[in-house]
Amino acid sequence: MSRQTFSGLSLIWRGLSKHQGWQKQWRKPEPKARYDAIIVGGGGHGLGAAYYLAKEHGLTNIAVLEKGWIGGGNTGRNTTIIRSNYLFNESAALYDHSVKLWENLSQVLNYNVMFSARGVMMLAHTVHDIQVIKRHVHANRCNGVDNEWLEPAQAKEFCPPLNIEPNIRYPVLGAALQRRGGTARHDAVAWGYARAADALGVDIIENCEVTGIRRDAAGAVEALETTRGLIQSRKVGVSAAGNTSVVMALAGVRLPLESFPLQALVSEPIKPIFPCVVMSNTIHAYISQSDKGELVIGAGTDAYTSYTQRGALHVNTHTLDAICELFPNFRRLRMLRNWGGIVDVTPDRSPIISKTPVPGLYVNCGWGTGGFKATPGSAHVFAWTIARDEPHPINAPFTIERFRDGYLIDEAAAAAVAH
Amino acid sequence: MLLIVCPYCGKRPELEFTYGGQAHLVRPARPSELDDQAWAEFLYMRANTKGVYAERWRHARGCGRFFNALRDTTTDHFLAFYRTGEPRPTLPAQLEPSDRPSSATPGERGT
Repeated sequence: MSRQTFSGLSLIWRGLSKHQGWQKQWRKPEPKARYDAIIVGGGGHGLGAAYYLAKEHGLTNIAVLEKGWIGGGNTGRNTTIIRSNYLFNESAALYDHSVKLWENLSQVLNYNVMFSARGVMMLAHTVHDIQVIKRHVHANRCNGVDNEWLEPAQAKEFCPPLNIEPNIRYPVLGAALQRRGGTARHDAVAWGYARAADALGVDIIENCEVTGIRRDAAGAVEALETTRGLIQSRKVGVSAAGNTSVVMALAGVRLPLESFPLQALVSEPIKPIFPCVVMSNTIHAYISQSDKGELVIGAGTDAYTSYTQRGALHVNTHTLDAICELFPNFRRLRMLRNWGGIVDVTPDRSPIISKTPVPGLYVNCGWGTGGFKATPGSAHVFAWTIARDEPHPINAPFTIERFRDGYLIDEAAAAAVAH
Repeated sequence: MLLIVCPYCGKRPELEFTYGGQAHLVRPARPSELDDQAWAEFLYMRANTKGVYAERWRHARGCGRFFNALRDTTTDHFLAFYRTGEPRPTLPAQLEPSDRPSSATPGERGT
């Protein structure tokens, strides 16, 4: 299938010809009766997995089934932060694999995902924070992940709006900075993967909810019942974020997941003021500025499980309290809108990218509050797992069985924000 | 913010409560006799229901007591509140998640 290639020249040419003649970025095909592999879930992780299956594993008779519209779930609802400064070896390998893919993703997909390595700074407010964060810095550097310790004055130099006065409730006592971290345009990630996968022949089928998983006499997957009919496939990869428990229950697979609302909000757009990403675990705040000028602020999860894609206002105001103390000049900004997404959280706060007890059924879930950053790496190793029926060395530790066998990857206390 | 009816204290804002997860999970009587799979099932596996879910709440900033609730996780509407040790209430058919009347009234019934 011949595709328009995006380039500076093509943009100028189309601009001069009144933007006539742009192609649709992907087809809207009817589902076929049979595919070699099906991905359930058209977010970044699922679309990426389809792309890598087609690109690197030669499977082109693939469909991505999405119950809503692509990128309409957590891919379009997160705060776009990318980093890989996780504590444990297994996590560092997985997330750094992803950061390396981010660095060339726009070129690889021929689609501008606006990856911006503007630096991610994590603040320390207590002696305990300093100890934990310095431990992270050293652990990261042992794993080849860049991270450095900054004194408060250095943190202020890197992020001028930051308040480092000693007279606030939780003064900034230092920070860790990962310079390779940053942000990307979340929608563009879904669209870029969709376009690239579609060009390789992948069928992207929206408004198609999976309602049943049929298995043969041996227990292996043979077909999916959907709202758009029965679709046969011997390989099914589920990448359904907050709805993973629901989809996997159709095949009788129980998972150690709980789905919580996670909220975010943006301010009115303002001129460029905020040069990096700042996160604070202790007082729960994370903030960056989008290219449109809005300050993008991540709030916490609500206390209870839910599938409503909304949460309570007090969770947002709690985060804004922290933002206003750290960045006093934002106090008079108005918030433009807030929203929620449903995140699937595991007991050890690490994902599951794994085969399942059902032959032919694979699952990529449990990304909790931090899945966006992992999109390319997660998709890449998930595609490998589906194609070869065995995990890539990077995701080999991220099994379901680790909960039975006691090999938890316990990032619970070590993740960037309190959960 | 949710309004939660503590069976002991009455209706209070969510801020007074902490969440206790899935209700009616019983600790195995003889843990040493369980195999790893059964132990993992008790410790980690959760129903994570999309629909009516039985869950625990604790009135942490009130009477301090645990109790149970039925909540529809697709709307966050509470359907019943009941004390720990009581069986899960059976809901009338019209309170099933698909077409239920408006919010607060069904919740108060459980008290």
